[in-house]
Amino acid sequence: MNWRSPFSFTAVLATLLVLAFLLAPVVAVFSYAGPGRLLDALGEESAREALLLSLRTTMIALAIIVLVGTPAAYLLASRQFRGRSLVLTAIELPLVMPPAVAGIALLAAFGPHGLLGGLVDDAGIELVFQTAGVVVALVFVAAPFFLRAAIAAFAAIDPRLLDAARTLGAGPFRAFATVALPSAHTGLSSGVALAWGRALGEFGATLLFAGSLQGVTQTAPLAIFSDFSKPGGFVSALALSAVLILVSAALLLGVKLIAGDRALDGEQAP
Amino acid sequence: MKWGLILAGLAAALLAGCGSSGTDMTNSGAETDASGSGSVLVLGASSLTEAVGEYAESFAGADVRTSFAGSDQLAAQIRQGAPADLFLSADTDYPAELFKAGLLEKPRVFAANELVIAVPADSDLASLSDLSRPGTKIVIGDPSVPVGAYTRTVLERLPAARREAILANVRSEEPEVSSVIAKVEQGAADAGFVYATDAKSAGDAVKSVAIPTGLQPEVAYAGAVVADSGNAEAAGEFLDGLITGGGAEDLRRAGFLPPP
Repeated sequence: MNWRSPFSFTAVLATLLVLAFLLAPVVAVFSYAGPGRLLDALGEESAREALLLSLRTTMIALAIIVLVGTPAAYLLASRQFRGRSLVLTAIELPLVMPPAVAGIALLAAFGPHGLLGGLVDDAGIELVFQTAGVVVALVFVAAPFFLRAAIAAFAAIDPRLLDAARTLGAGPFRAFATVALPSAHTGLSSGVALAWGRALGEFGATLLFAGSLQGVTQTAPLAIFSDFSKPGGFVSALALSAVLILVSAALLLGVKLIAGDRALDGEQAP
Repeated sequence: MKWGLILAGLAAALLAGCGSSGTDMTNSGAETDASGSGSVLVLGASSLTEAVGEYAESFAGADVRTSFAGSDQLAAQIRQGAPADLFLSADTDYPAELFKAGLLEKPRVFAANELVIAVPADSDLASLSDLSRPGTKIVIGDPSVPVGAYTRTVLERLPAARREAILANVRSEEPEVSSVIAKVEQGAADAGFVYATDAKSAGDAVKSVAIPTGLQPEVAYAGAVVADSGNAEAAGEFLDGLITGGGAEDLRRAGFLPPP
């Protein structure tokens, strides 16, 4: 490629603009108040409680997503049946659903007046205004990220490998555990990281479905929103934002590392 | 790889450049606004959505755009330099604070309201003291939003034991009054502290339980023109109309009381 041509010059300029535009807000979060004031703000109890709650709820949500989602993804990846592509599309719907819509939809389904509200209530489960409700919202919005990656990972396994395992006498469960899971582990891991990132950032569905109460349902994104409007709360909001940016960046980097070093240099992993 | 480094370096330089020229850019923006279209941006408290929304449509002095949210969020936006023309708050504290900081012109009180307890239409909760029943799910405003501050004023006037019992039943602190009333309408909450006007406009699904006069906070709405508004004259006219004019009529119709 000739770097002196007008096209290349324009492309380089466009790249610079993209980088500056995407990075300016990130840089601003860290430099607006400076590291000292950010660290002070993180010492406040409400900030720590919000971060701990975010950690706890996202971990529980991830555990549920992985435990239920892995076998489901395996089935969807390995069986052909009528309407399969419809099912796959349906699974991905929450990916593109606006978070506020997700919150309203969860209320309409599992809220006290919701379609399944009676069932939930009979089972003695309380979701609205409870930490459990936060977990439900997180599972709903984050599960598709894991499922999509897991289905792709299982589908990429050479079927002859599984056949060989079966021929050697492995039952379906053993073939799944000793062949399918290890072969798919990179895809599964990056699915976990992506789902975690989405769950950490969840805001709209949580606020609408579970509410906002410090220590119970006020996760880090909700605390950021609440802090922003408090007089003098802008720095606290920035401090929590900085933590979320760092964690998200680490997750993203993790995904790239898991997918192999080549992904870091911009090439698609196999 | 070499290009990556060069790109990153140039991007950093571009970022630094943006930082130093940032103030110039905002200034020129404000000037265009000042000389421009004659439209007025009103930031209004969530509880004013219907009344001020109607008034804005009929206002003849200028093209009015409105943005409604919790007064505390609007105040935060003004602190961050949002290019608004008029701030209408559900209290007098935020306008007073921003006036003191030089961000607003002198605030004027344009309406009053009352606090009530909104409950579902079929609820058997009939008084403030019923809210201390164990298991009652109560929703209130966040401490920084005016409706949340007023709610705490009411609770502070109660005997400590009753106040604690009610606070123990609080399940969510919502960012604005409209989401408090929504949680009651949805049946998610058994009771919510809202303005009388919200309970009125919520319709049949919700009824309101009065708060005794002795416990009522003084709910006053203050408005002020933003100090560097590009359209201060029209914004001032809009505020005038809320005190004595078309806006005042819309406010009364929605159930707002005249300024004390």
